[in-house]
Amino acid sequence: MEANTLFDKIWDAHAVKQVEGGPAVLYIDRHLIHEVTSPVAFLGLKTRGLKVFRPDQTTATPDHNVPTENQHLTIMDELSRHQVDMLKRNCEEHNIKYHDLQSDGHGIVHIIGPELGLTQPGLTIVCGDSHTSTHGAFGAIAFGIGTSEVEMVLASQCIMQPKPKKMRITVNGELKKGVTAKDIALYIISQISTSGGTGHFIEYAGQAITSLSMEGRMTLCNLSIESGARGGMIAPDETTINYVKGRQYAPKGADWEKAVSAWKELKSDEEAVFDTEYTFDAADIEPMITYGTNPGMGIGITQNIPKVNGMSGSDKSTFLKSLQYMGYTEGDSMIGKQVDYVFVGSCTNGRIEDFRAFAGFVKGKEKAPGVTAWLVPGSQKVEKQIRNEGLDKILEAAGFQLRQPGCSACLAMNEDKIPDGKYAVSTSNRNFEGRQGPGARTMLASPLTAAAAAITGTITDPRDMM
Amino acid sequence: MAYDKFSKITSPAVPLPVENVDTDQIIPARYLKAVERKGFGDNLFRDWRYNKDGTPKTDFPLNNSSYSGKVLVAGKNFGSGSSREHAIWALYDYGFRVVVSSFFADIFRNNALNNGLLPVIVSPEFLEKIFQEIEKNPAAQFEANLENQTFTILKTGESETFEINPYKKHCLKNGLDDIDYLVALKEEITAFEEGK
Ligand code: SF4
Repeated sequence: MEANTLFDKIWDAHAVKQVEGGPAVLYIDRHLIHEVTSPVAFLGLKTRGLKVFRPDQTTATPDHNVPTENQHLTIMDELSRHQVDMLKRNCEEHNIKYHDLQSDGHGIVHIIGPELGLTQPGLTIVCGDSHTSTHGAFGAIAFGIGTSEVEMVLASQCIMQPKPKKMRITVNGELKKGVTAKDIALYIISQISTSGGTGHFIEYAGQAITSLSMEGRMTLCNLSIESGARGGMIAPDETTINYVKGRQYAPKGADWEKAVSAWKELKSDEEAVFDTEYTFDAADIEPMITYGTNPGMGIGITQNIPKVNGMSGSDKSTFLKSLQYMGYTEGDSMIGKQVDYVFVGSCTNGRIEDFRAFAGFVKGKEKAPGVTAWLVPGSQKVEKQIRNEGLDKILEAAGFQLRQPGCSACLAMNEDKIPDGKYAVSTSNRNFEGRQGPGARTMLASPLTAAAAAITGTITDPRDMM
Repeated sequence: MAYDKFSKITSPAVPLPVENVDTDQIIPARYLKAVERKGFGDNLFRDWRYNKDGTPKTDFPLNNSSYSGKVLVAGKNFGSGSSREHAIWALYDYGFRVVVSSFFADIFRNNALNNGLLPVIVSPEFLEKIFQEIEKNPAAQFEANLENQTFTILKTGESETFEINPYKKHCLKNGLDDIDYLVALKEEITAFEEGK
């Protein structure tokens, strides 16, 4: 028998057919939608006179542009309110499960999928948001799609996709103290660049990966897209199975037993061949920080910003443009740089473990007076758990307040915008020019590094304070 | 969504010699709030195109009246970042029908093909030549020919062929999209579900 990768196995099981000289028709098990990329898709259905083909395989929630304060009030911004209303109406009209603001299942799409047990090994999962790659942490094929494809899934539960190439990234050894899944991800992207994964689907392997919690795995897979890859995945194991067990939409009873035995088979065959392979050593990774305007411009926190010497042509101009935007100088150290804002949240690092890490770090310390901190839980459930565990008290004592769930400053579609020229340490996923607000300067980092910055008001190595 | 059938386009080109142009630059998130597919062209490259007070930035190519046309030529790794199709709608609405670069982000390329915008991948050397040609003469004409899969600098006759999936080519040429195809496949899809 031919040796297959985990990706091949799931893909092949979902290929309805292969168009000659074209893409495959890929069957989609789970579809997540939100207010921003779905309205035009519903409009398209209407224009064509089509119904939603399998309404019970789509789940909706508003997250991208919702306010993170006073969610019990009407949304002030008219356009945002209209988008949220449209989503709700479209879901009602087409019988799609909708998790409204403030309801128990509300949150960022990529956080509620796993929480509700919708995300399971072996499935195909899509959403009109590129960080759908998050769900790959469960050993699923999960990737972001455009609005035309949202319409395809609504209309037929399928999309047309060329099969990507396969890449394996192995991280051997044990992570050092203060180094998190976020740091692994930023490290990998800094090594292979923001286009290194293009055309590929990544499988992560190795001891440093399998020792990660489910939440850490989600952070890592979430950032796969920032290397240009379509998605990333990790073979399911006991950690995965324990996480899924008992969740609302997880299989129950005999179905559960059956599912678990199928999931245990989901791994790449030993002889399987990947188109591209990378191997890294966990011991080489330290807490990471970005200094530029794409996620590949990251360095270990104790290192200096690279020098332009040796760069040439367009690489050089891109680098210089980036530093100019950030207001940084080549060769400078990142440690000690000023920080005005700290954002903890997003589908990258807005889960309970992220808040535990942040709260654990700031416990008994005090927020720097010059720092504005936005702590935004990824979902209602995360917010509740923060309160149940008493983390809110720890945070309050240190001068921090919690906001309400949503994407918030990850893409600054709501009011949470970093002001022009200000420096923000952010646990989110993109440091593009203006991503967190026009003129905002973003440094991506882990919740621990964000915590250290929030306490000191400068970029600080969290290991020095642990 | 319906779009124009694509065959051959002859046009001058607008140069954007910047690498890693991400979708947040093509259309910033704060302009994604529409519920229809209209008017996004006004906010194409919003923050690069306009000053904070709304006046045009004179040094940005789209504001330079010597450049015009249906072809945008951009540095490598164009369209990285988010899956927002609004980026394509903005380019299309503004009037572009072809984007040329030496490298495109995957989702962007897929989205473009689904919306009648032709992504043309050329070699880095050829890309450089195109930029030089526009620099010499902003009115220089180029031809994107879908049937032959060629992109040509008309003045010099230099040409490169580009790759496109035959199925996508067929769709673009006929203004068809995948939804038409998939809806016609429902029986097969239902049979597949039953066999799962
Ligand atoms: S938190 Fe950011 S990346 Fe995640 S779904 Fe929201 S906007 Fe997308």
